[in-house]
Amino acid sequence: MAVSILHRATGIALSFAGLGVLTWWLWAIAGGTDSYATFAKVMTSPVGLVVLVGLTWSFFQHLLSGIRHLVMDTGAAFELGINKTFAILTIVGSAILTVLVWVYFLGVVK
Amino acid sequence: MSLGDSSTPIGKVRGLGSAHEGGEHWITERVTSIALLLLGVWLVASLLLLPKLDQRTIVEWLHAPSGAIPMALLIIIGFRHALDGVKVSVDDYVHEEGSRFVINLLLLFAAVAGGAMALFALARIAFGTLA
Repeated sequence: MAVSILHRATGIALSFAGLGVLTWWLWAIAGGTDSYATFAKVMTSPVGLVVLVGLTWSFFQHLLSGIRHLVMDTGAAFELGINKTFAILTIVGSAILTVLVWVYFLGVVK
Repeated sequence: MSLGDSSTPIGKVRGLGSAHEGGEHWITERVTSIALLLLGVWLVASLLLLPKLDQRTIVEWLHAPSGAIPMALLIIIGFRHALDGVKVSVDDYVHEEGSRFVINLLLLFAAVAGGAMALFALARIAFGTLA
């Protein structure tokens, strides 16, 4: 099932790229304004933004499919119709949330 | 079932998953996932609600206990959950026992080192003096 594979792929992306960026971000903040400027420069470059948007999407996709897995761990939502609807909702939900977050970021934070 | 075999059905399948262990691991992964659901939403909401994302604003945010404590929990639980999650993939796809052991060992070291680095940076921010 596609959403199950997405859960694993986004989990691995968050584990390496996500925690890597988080650690570098904290390290850069702790280092002062100059080191933070370097971080901000890289992350607001086209490649940096693709990474950040990708991580935002990975976060929401993993969060929503994670909730789906928790529900399925209880033995619920295995019926074909419900299962498929739930899976599609995670994909639609993560896309909407990613767009909302970035519209807000790009609109409010310059 | 042959005569004299007194093991129960559950006893026959225990330890037969790809990792040959893992009941507690499975539970831990789910408990940390619920914690990260809260902490992840906290992080995204905080970043959205901060007036600016310059160095000074973030330092002030993480200097306060209301920022530093959830961030410390996010780091510790995040690295733990990542380690648990990646281990599942390694156990599923790496079949040779020696390689699997070495990869899982390297991942454990990487997670502990990464978590320590993130916590150290956070400590510098949280306990540093505000300029």
